[in-house]
Amino acid sequence: MTEAALAFHRRIDAALADAGLRRALALTAGRLAGGRTAAFDALADADACRDDARRARAGAIARLDSLLDQFAREASARGCSVHWAETAADARRIITGIARERNIRLAVKSKSMATEEVALNEALEQAGVRVVETDLGEFVVQLAADRPSHIIAPIVHLSRQDVAALFQDKLGATAADVADIPSMTALARRVLRAEFLQAGMGISGVNLAVADTGSLCIVTNEGNGRLTTTLPRVHVALLGLERIVASAADLAGVLTVLARSATGQASPVYTNVMTGPRRRGGGAGTGPAGEPDGPEELHIVILDNGRSRILGTPLSEILYCVRCGACLNACPVYRLIGGHAYGGVYPGPVGSVVMPGLHGLEDWSELAHASSLCGACRDVCPVKIDLPHLLLEVRREAASRELAPLWIRAAMPAYSAVATRPRLYRWAGRAAARLARLLQHDGWIRRLPGPLGAWTASRDFPAPSARSFVEEHQARKAAAK
Amino acid sequence: MTPRPARVQLFATCLVDQFFPAAGHAAVAVLERFGVEVHVPPDQTCCGQPAFNGGFATDAAAMARTTIDALSHSDDPVVVPSGSCADMIVNHYPELLAGDAVYGPRAKALAARTYEFSQFLVDVLGVDPTAAPSGPTLAYHASCHGLRGLGLREQPRRLLHAVAGDRSADLPDAETCCGFGGLFAVKMGPVSSAMLGSKLDAIERSGADVVVATDVSCLMHIGGGLHRRGSRVRARHIAEVLADPGHD
Repeated sequence: MTEAALAFHRRIDAALADAGLRRALALTAGRLAGGRTAAFDALADADACRDDARRARAGAIARLDSLLDQFAREASARGCSVHWAETAADARRIITGIARERNIRLAVKSKSMATEEVALNEALEQAGVRVVETDLGEFVVQLAADRPSHIIAPIVHLSRQDVAALFQDKLGATAADVADIPSMTALARRVLRAEFLQAGMGISGVNLAVADTGSLCIVTNEGNGRLTTTLPRVHVALLGLERIVASAADLAGVLTVLARSATGQASPVYTNVMTGPRRRGGGAGTGPAGEPDGPEELHIVILDNGRSRILGTPLSEILYCVRCGACLNACPVYRLIGGHAYGGVYPGPVGSVVMPGLHGLEDWSELAHASSLCGACRDVCPVKIDLPHLLLEVRREAASRELAPLWIRAAMPAYSAVATRPRLYRWAGRAAARLARLLQHDGWIRRLPGPLGAWTASRDFPAPSARSFVEEHQARKAAAK
Repeated sequence: MTPRPARVQLFATCLVDQFFPAAGHAAVAVLERFGVEVHVPPDQTCCGQPAFNGGFATDAAAMARTTIDALSHSDDPVVVPSGSCADMIVNHYPELLAGDAVYGPRAKALAARTYEFSQFLVDVLGVDPTAAPSGPTLAYHASCHGLRGLGLREQPRRLLHAVAGDRSADLPDAETCCGFGGLFAVKMGPVSSAMLGSKLDAIERSGADVVVATDVSCLMHIGGGLHRRGSRVRARHIAEVLADPGHD
């Protein structure tokens, strides 16, 4: 096993041993999954809605090049500055450059996994820009110097009590401030409101970009996204290059299933569609009136960072993903180990495809083995991505590069030889049954040797039958004649 | 609906063949009871699922060819007492052998006449088993690949309800994976064990005497966990319950 794979297994063991984490995960992921189920049960034609959303996303990925060009053209025509970032370093350089040129000292941020992916906060802080996360969960993550453990619920791994203790420690909160969740939220709001009013730059991600109008759609539940993108003088939006749809109609199709999948809401509290920066008045009483609010500058940074390498590969379906997090909440493995154990920015079933896709198999293919292929993720995906199939594709590619554990690679030819030769299979079955007689007691084996010991660590293993079903069946038929 | 077949081939699966022959004999007995002659092709081995799920597509394809050969001596429908092995044949063989000019079409033909055991009884034979006057209380665990790959939701439940009536326990999260997943149980042993722990807790709390599933793979996992715990609950394949519903 590679060092990265061993480290993954160590993180899993640590997560499983953390009783507080398991309680917090069971509670929140369970609540989100339950909300998702109820929301889709209440939706007439839920399946057709998922088909519509899939069509919109599949159509966009099929002609991604031309849609991106169109989007860049339309956004520029409406006054946006469009930047292309091939790598994470490019994105950091572009955004810190924008801040430096404008002498910006404080930036407020709404929630964005893409900015996590490129480690933007660290780069900005190094460039002398103080960054304040304004999504409540991300605010807590930042205070705790932690990492988000879920795509949409960044502190799914923390309990209310954890957050109360953090607020008392870092914000000097009183017992009354942290008495309940509304009080804690009110405290965060007071702290954040002051930052919003002073920030020179607002940084957001993008849920979906609309190609034919050059618009950006951002959905939030807290209103912080709206403040981030309208109050500061400069708005910078980091857009993963696959997060695009052709038209407003396609956007509507995806929005129908997005919040339902993420949180169980029919729609998010705030759905913002932004087209260009603040428009100035036409002048001379003839043109349109100027807009009273909005940023003076809107910069859109389109991020590749490995995405275009996934295009045209067997993994390309993962680019349909709209990052709702439903597959995390549905995954029995994620629900036990949480997001941090996966070790990357994107956890869960989607992360187990995205991380090796973006950053290569060497360090990330082991994630794809953290699934029993139960298919619960596929059942809840709003754009019907066949996640188990993609996990298998990662496993195949890893196996072809000899990244599977040595014992499996060693055992595979023997297993293959036996299973493709019926007479050898019969003989091997009898031999194994004889051998197992040495290990068994009352029909059960309590301890298996080598790597198979992982089975008997928690479960007994049945002893093979002395006579196989097929042989016994043949004997019975012969006796009956 | 296809005409009622007089004869079927039973693909026992390697786990039934080598570890759980009682489930195979029970499947034969039930099918015969409903008037179907059962042939057990002697050259059957393993469907190749462990290789397929491990990412060893070439090995899996070779095993698929062996299985296709074993089950193509006649055009009789193939009945499989396992949702996951049936799913392998029905959904994955055609994909795995899509580029094979000889076995690709044969894989499709086999897929079209392959059924999981409870699916065959309900959807093809339309059987209505008689209720057993007494017997153990049953809890049904929905095995993942049958449930999500083949859409087996109602068929097993309907059969169990017919024989056990009200002697059925409500199993919470019955459609959540038990954590078996083939090599997953060994490769990711601690996670698999934790998933199994949740499943066993739910089974024991349900008040059932017997936990039933369509797959001996899940039952090997659940049964092995119950035995390690010293639980009084038994794990049994649906064919065994239908063959002898009074037995616990």
